[in-house]
Amino acid sequence: MSRFEYAPALESRAIVDIKSSYGLFINGAFTEATDGKPFKTISPASEEVLAEVSEAGPADVDKAVRAARRAFDKVWGPMAGRDRAKYLYRIARLIQERARELAVLESLDNGKPIRESRDVDIPLVAAHFFYYAGWADKLEYAGAGDDPQPWGVAGQVIPWNFPLLMLAWKIAPALAAGNTVVLKPAETTPLTALAFAEICQQADLPPGVVNIVTGAGRTGQALVEHPDVNKVAFTGSTAVGRAIAKSVAGTDKAVTLELGGKAANIVFEDAPIDQTIEGIVNGIFFNQGHVCCAGSRLLVQESVYDEVLGRLKRRMESLRVGDPLDKNTDIGAINSAAQLAKIRELSQVGEDEGSERWSPECELPAQGFWFPPTVFTGVSQAHRIAREEIFGPVLSVLTFRTPAEAVEKANNTPFGLSAGIWTEKGSRILWMANQLRAGVVWANTFNRFDPTSPFGGYKESGYGREGGRHGLEAYLAH
Amino acid sequence: MLARVTTTDNGVDSLADVTSSEDRLRRFLLGLPGVDQVGAEARAATLSTRSIKTTAKAYALDLAIQMIDLTTLEGSDTPGKVRALCAKAKRPDPADPTAPQVAAVCVYPDLVATAKFELRGTGINVASVATAFPSGRSSLAIKVQDTKDAVAAGADEVDMVIDRGAFLSGRYGLVFDEIAAIRDAAGDAHLKVILETGELVTYDNVRRASWLAMLAGADFIKTSTGKISPAATLPVTLVMLEAVRDYHESTGLHIGVKPAGGIRTAKDAIKYLVTVNETAGPDWLDPELFRFGASSLLNDLLMQRTKLATGHYPGPDYFTLD
Repeated sequence: MSRFEYAPALESRAIVDIKSSYGLFINGAFTEATDGKPFKTISPASEEVLAEVSEAGPADVDKAVRAARRAFDKVWGPMAGRDRAKYLYRIARLIQERARELAVLESLDNGKPIRESRDVDIPLVAAHFFYYAGWADKLEYAGAGDDPQPWGVAGQVIPWNFPLLMLAWKIAPALAAGNTVVLKPAETTPLTALAFAEICQQADLPPGVVNIVTGAGRTGQALVEHPDVNKVAFTGSTAVGRAIAKSVAGTDKAVTLELGGKAANIVFEDAPIDQTIEGIVNGIFFNQGHVCCAGSRLLVQESVYDEVLGRLKRRMESLRVGDPLDKNTDIGAINSAAQLAKIRELSQVGEDEGSERWSPECELPAQGFWFPPTVFTGVSQAHRIAREEIFGPVLSVLTFRTPAEAVEKANNTPFGLSAGIWTEKGSRILWMANQLRAGVVWANTFNRFDPTSPFGGYKESGYGREGGRHGLEAYLAH
Repeated sequence: MLARVTTTDNGVDSLADVTSSEDRLRRFLLGLPGVDQVGAEARAATLSTRSIKTTAKAYALDLAIQMIDLTTLEGSDTPGKVRALCAKAKRPDPADPTAPQVAAVCVYPDLVATAKFELRGTGINVASVATAFPSGRSSLAIKVQDTKDAVAAGADEVDMVIDRGAFLSGRYGLVFDEIAAIRDAAGDAHLKVILETGELVTYDNVRRASWLAMLAGADFIKTSTGKISPAATLPVTLVMLEAVRDYHESTGLHIGVKPAGGIRTAKDAIKYLVTVNETAGPDWLDPELFRFGASSLLNDLLMQRTKLATGHYPGPDYFTLD
């Protein structure tokens, strides 16, 4: 009998209408950049150019901040919370209506599998707007005092790993709290932010409440250093986060930073083994490992090491790497050539330091940026691949003997964004969660997100919380 | 009693120990890794999102037809009803002779002879439920006799039920001994052991009962009688597929899995096949190792098959009732 080979099941691209070039979205309209050069955004799966995008220079950023200030003073700031909520609900519904289009666009520009953009990213984006819409007229119950006030203009810089979801995490609470925003999407993934700009127009959002300025580091720097920005929110690398913290030091800007991670995913000998394997896979291969809270350090109790590794490798052999628009793809493309180079470099370091590298046999497409799912065994705390964030589908496996040792190893990192615990013993979960210095601790699951749950880091993973009531507080002066 | 151990040449002796006493059996079953409910259901839901199109769909539809145990288990069953079902089993789609035959026809023991006669020379097996199906609430002597009657009448496969009351009260040895006794009574007939997962409720119980049945000599483990709701579900089948995969890894033996009841659409059947493919592996994509206990499923498979070949749906009246 022949084998069950899944035929290609491609999601149609016909639903998205990508323009050949995009301007900046300032004061409710797309406008030409005045002092920057246009740049191209490509599909990382094929290297095909998708569109030309404008780079915002300091003058453009200034224009955007002025528009945001005007909107804050004249319209959005004075508006009643219940009226702001109406706009947010409208945006949420428009996102749901255009969900399939946004999912395809996200997968094209970012390289992530359509299964994830369709089932995770876009539903969570809509859920964030719905959730914060509900808060807009209830701010006095947010725990920020009786009469909490918005900061004013928020300057927000987001990464390329969850482009539209990170936009939602930033914009939804900011608008609910009464701030106006200037947001800079990542230079490799600007398209869904620009589609969101269209949604703002469709929702009749007053001009200037949301402004989208595209560009790279220079644009982001101009934004966070702009003197009329009251609140800075950044998600991205620890290095850039540090630079931002320096540049705003001594100003009265409020700042939240959500930075890197090197999360420990801790497997005890009494773990529910099959679900644990799924959790390990989901922890590190979800979104090609381009996840700040990825479970990139697997800590396995030595007594079950062979069994866990054997099962993990068997499971990895069934992962399907390929075209992000194929509905059966589990692992898509690496977002950029630069990121691929970084993953390759650190993987080489792993080998050079004496760790054993393993990947299942998988054929990678010739065009585009690809990296196979990879496991390193024989890794110790001293190895760079156990300490540095790889931000790719690369798992480092370490072992431990006792719960106390697991805690020590898990905490022995400058980061502290997330952690996972796998055990059938409830009391151990609670004990571990109290010991771990990580902002999010998952028990018998991993990489689960919900708008009602706060998210954020310890130590070099940043400060401030996003999501939930806590995420709202970051946008309220009190 | 507790003795049956079926190991192959490369089989592992450690499993022989497991059934050497009731105490050891209990410790083994209670020592199996737990199943996290949320995680198991999430995995089944993810597998359900696989999109099976064109050539893959054609392959899956034909395979699913060949895996059906076409079933009638009603008090109102008659020789006439069984004859009609057998005709359907032999030629599921009168309009299309390329449609494959089903794997077996499943009836009560008193109708085995009728089915056997109708299916002579076709290669289609006759399966019979036995052991005081569906509740299993009778003495071992009667269950054994029920099985012997079915086999004497020509049953190629016996679908027995476990004693859920004994299982839920922790009397694993009793359940084991009963399965082993029926295994002996069934002789050369293939033994499918129905766990009735809708009454076991937890996935931990499903995993334990799966191992118990395999250790006691089951050729197949089957979810449900079809008389209890819920019958087969995808997460339950996933847990059972994990059990046969792990059992194969320790003994080298291939045990089959049969979800039964509640699978009515081709779309559902394909989700099960995807789960088989990505859990137990391609070896199990074979009617020898995977079956669907179903009746109405067949017509939906035939309808989708015709749609795939001709581009349009013929409508339900173009397919025979039985």
